[in-house]
Amino acid sequence: MDLETLLSYPWGIMMPEFIILGVATFLSLLDLFLKDKVDRKIIAWLGLAGIGVALLFVIKNINEPIQHILYETFRLDGFAIGFKLIFLVGAALVFLLSLDYIKKKDTPHEAEYYYLILTAVLGAMILASSADMITMFIGLELLSLSTYILVGMRKKRLQSNESAFKYVVNGGIATAITLYGLSFVYGLTGTTNLYVVAERLPIALQQGYDLVIFFAFFLTFVGLAFKIAVIPFHMWTPDVYQGAPTPITAFLSVVSKAAGFAFILRFFLISFNIYDPASGQIMVFSQTTVFIGIIAAITIIVGNVIALRQTNVKRMFAYSSVAQAGYILVPFAVFSPYMLDMMLFYLVAYLFMNIGAFAIIQAVSQDTGTEELSGFAGLYHRSPFQAVTMSIFLISLAGLPVTAGFFGKFYIFLGSLDAGNWWLATVMVLGSVISYYYYFGVIRQMYLRAGSETSLNTTYGIGTVIVLCTFGTLLLGVFPSYALDFFASNFNIYDIFR
Amino acid sequence: MMTFIEDHLLSLIAFSPLLGILVLALVQKQKAGLMKAIAIVITLIPLSLSLYLFGAFDFNDQGYQFEEEVSWIELQMPSMEQQSLQINYELGVDGLSVSLILLTAVVGTLSAVASIYIKKRWKAYFILFFLLQVGMFGVFMAKNLFLFFIFFELTIIPMFFLIAIWGYLNRESAANTFLIYNGIGSAVMLIAFVALFAITDTLNIPALEVMVSQLTSQSVSGWPYAIPPGDVIFFIFVALLFAFAVKLPIFPLHSWMLKVHVEAPPAIVMIHSGILLKLGAYGLIRLGIGVFPEQFERVAYILAILGVVNILYGAVLAFVQNDLKKVLAYSSVSHMGIVLLGIAALNYSGLQGAIFQVISHGLISSLLFFIIGVIYERTETSMISDLGGLAKNMPFVCGVFLAGAMANLGLPGMSGFISEFLSFLGLFNTYPVVAAIGVLGIILTAVYLLRAVLNTTFGPAKEEWAHLSDARGFEVVPMAILLGFIVLIGVYPSVLSETLDLSIQIFLARIGG
Repeated sequence: MDLETLLSYPWGIMMPEFIILGVATFLSLLDLFLKDKVDRKIIAWLGLAGIGVALLFVIKNINEPIQHILYETFRLDGFAIGFKLIFLVGAALVFLLSLDYIKKKDTPHEAEYYYLILTAVLGAMILASSADMITMFIGLELLSLSTYILVGMRKKRLQSNESAFKYVVNGGIATAITLYGLSFVYGLTGTTNLYVVAERLPIALQQGYDLVIFFAFFLTFVGLAFKIAVIPFHMWTPDVYQGAPTPITAFLSVVSKAAGFAFILRFFLISFNIYDPASGQIMVFSQTTVFIGIIAAITIIVGNVIALRQTNVKRMFAYSSVAQAGYILVPFAVFSPYMLDMMLFYLVAYLFMNIGAFAIIQAVSQDTGTEELSGFAGLYHRSPFQAVTMSIFLISLAGLPVTAGFFGKFYIFLGSLDAGNWWLATVMVLGSVISYYYYFGVIRQMYLRAGSETSLNTTYGIGTVIVLCTFGTLLLGVFPSYALDFFASNFNIYDIFR
Repeated sequence: MMTFIEDHLLSLIAFSPLLGILVLALVQKQKAGLMKAIAIVITLIPLSLSLYLFGAFDFNDQGYQFEEEVSWIELQMPSMEQQSLQINYELGVDGLSVSLILLTAVVGTLSAVASIYIKKRWKAYFILFFLLQVGMFGVFMAKNLFLFFIFFELTIIPMFFLIAIWGYLNRESAANTFLIYNGIGSAVMLIAFVALFAITDTLNIPALEVMVSQLTSQSVSGWPYAIPPGDVIFFIFVALLFAFAVKLPIFPLHSWMLKVHVEAPPAIVMIHSGILLKLGAYGLIRLGIGVFPEQFERVAYILAILGVVNILYGAVLAFVQNDLKKVLAYSSVSHMGIVLLGIAALNYSGLQGAIFQVISHGLISSLLFFIIGVIYERTETSMISDLGGLAKNMPFVCGVFLAGAMANLGLPGMSGFISEFLSFLGLFNTYPVVAAIGVLGIILTAVYLLRAVLNTTFGPAKEEWAHLSDARGFEVVPMAILLGFIVLIGVYPSVLSETLDLSIQIFLARIGG
């Protein structure tokens, strides 16, 4: 590759990544040269500004034609842009939450905290744009390694250490399994490019390697199940969510999970979308959808049922997030033609309602010094605003109208029944009914229990997040078609197939 | 201005309670009196609009009236390759809806008056109260299943809080039971709705009425499922039946309702017993008979038997209760059985009786629970054994109480009589044996109601109740209005029957009889 070729690439499409990379590098240097006395908040603000600029460039890329650089490893299409918006908005909200959460005495490496979030987002963005197994894997690992450290950032706390340790070990195993699966794909096709894999896998299938293909599929899926926290790799979630700093818990549940879905969708939809030339049928998927459907169903049931028993809010939300991942998996399991719309809508809804809920969890647990459910006791009397907005988020998570969560579930549910998958749709609804009980458990605490009477302090960072998230949750709930129209007219998510 | 009101009358009725939320938000939270006054005044807006609607409604027109339609959500669905799914904001009313909307508005205002006894957190109380009203109005107006479901759910969330925060001692467990039962009920309903959509590609109720009967009668080409369409439709119908059975409530799905009646504050029980239980009956008629007439005929006999079980079970258990609230709770179970009987009769008088009973019971139980609220306010108890001889100091209240009980047990000249008479008349035509057994319930009703009322009001006056005062001005008004309606319907039933006539005929035309 000579310089001329290198310069001829349209690097502009990678601009958001460059900005995040540049800002992260700059901040790490700045941290190095800044005196110890200087307040590291400046780094947080600069990082936030960096995310803002990257966001602008992502928005600028909307409606650009599909482009790729670096021998088709990096690809800009509607799918990538949609996911990058989720990652960046999520990261921005997490930054706002972190502003007053990260304290020097608790988190000695204050500045690292902020630029590690940036590198994690960078990993997620690369992942969303990759059209090659290697870049995908690199994106995934960049995201994972950054989050491993972030989880253990409060290094003087035993719980934080424990959760980081569990996260690394579990994550390492999951990564190894994923990689093992990917190696089979490479072995069968001799390429790492997803679009070439898509051409060569059917040949391998015809040559009688179907068992190996299924094996590769299962390994990769199981490994990636870790990232989105569905069964069988969900065990780490409660411990890690509980031990991590609250903004990072929010980050894991929203950004990291969305990145996992981006990987799964791109990888399986492109490379495993195998058509049998003879019958014109989708071969692999017709046999694996049942498997994914069962995973989704078990995830929904187990997540919701175990959440019933939790007394720690963050653990409860960990199981809730397991269950939610189950719902998001449903369109993929029924292989609905509109699955990308459904999943993207739900991920956006989930971004707002879950980060909003974590904002209030953070405010409450910081104030009361406990992460137990009882910390919410009497919140309504202390701060009606927080209690009411928290109720909105909880109602949305439970899937009651007129919230984003309701519509997201309704759409997924509709798609599932429309595809004739009755049992999965039923499991989904029953799971939601179970979830009423624990989501309303928080509501019961807020309104029905007596607690302290002093009003709850909310900083501007948390306040902004709460307002934005409430707005998003209600807007998507009342006018979902605006959001769907916006997706449809601005991002052609289906151009990943081209 | 007038045309604007005419064009958007239904939306205005449904959403005018939201105005109350805005106004209340500006009031300081200690000013209880001001808030109560505002709340009562605000409920007069939907009330006067409903009265206007009732007046402007053309009872000789058989279609939906005052229709509103705004396109709302557009979804891409794989099964509809060419077009997309339109979920519109569509409202419309027929004779059945109009009478229930008026009932909702009346009970709404009167229970706002009864809310004077609420002793804490007034602002939140009235905000939830208004949300509940929006939900109730909306259900009766919704012309498509999506809206129906949303408004239906909208009643559940405020109700949960209203029970859990302002109820009596075991309020929390009552609220939880309420949430779980109704949550399951509406989940099943949602499954049924969406399944129906998956088959017919529409959520519009009038369109469904046509499509479902087509699907039932003929085998459709391109049918994607293994089970024949008629059976799938039947399953969906059974699911809907279950959902409304929880709401109505039909034995054995009634236990949540007893808890709510006992634990919720009287003002809320007025709404619950007066309106919310009727959502189940409304659903059975509007969707059960309206959309699934043939399937409904298949289960009518079972429903009639369940109705009798409800009547006798409720009546027998009401007899042994010591708590006035429980007596009335079981009495509601029993009276909902009559509604079920009337619907199951599937003929003109039966259906008419059922709807009469829906409205009459709405008025009567509101009245009785209002009186229990009045008594509880003064004595802090609703145990029959603790009360007694109240009539000496509270002649007016006790007089109305007795009158309400008489109406409830079906004394001629009151609304209860005409409702029960018509329901049983209808059922005797279809299932004479079942009806004969059911009639026994009327005797039992007389026994338990008279026992409860006479033991509280008459007999030797207890000393501790010597200081009690009779009804105050603001208490007299709701009692008088409710009793007035009860007598009006009892003496001059045409006021209601003319309203309902065409709607009932249309429903019957679908059954084919």
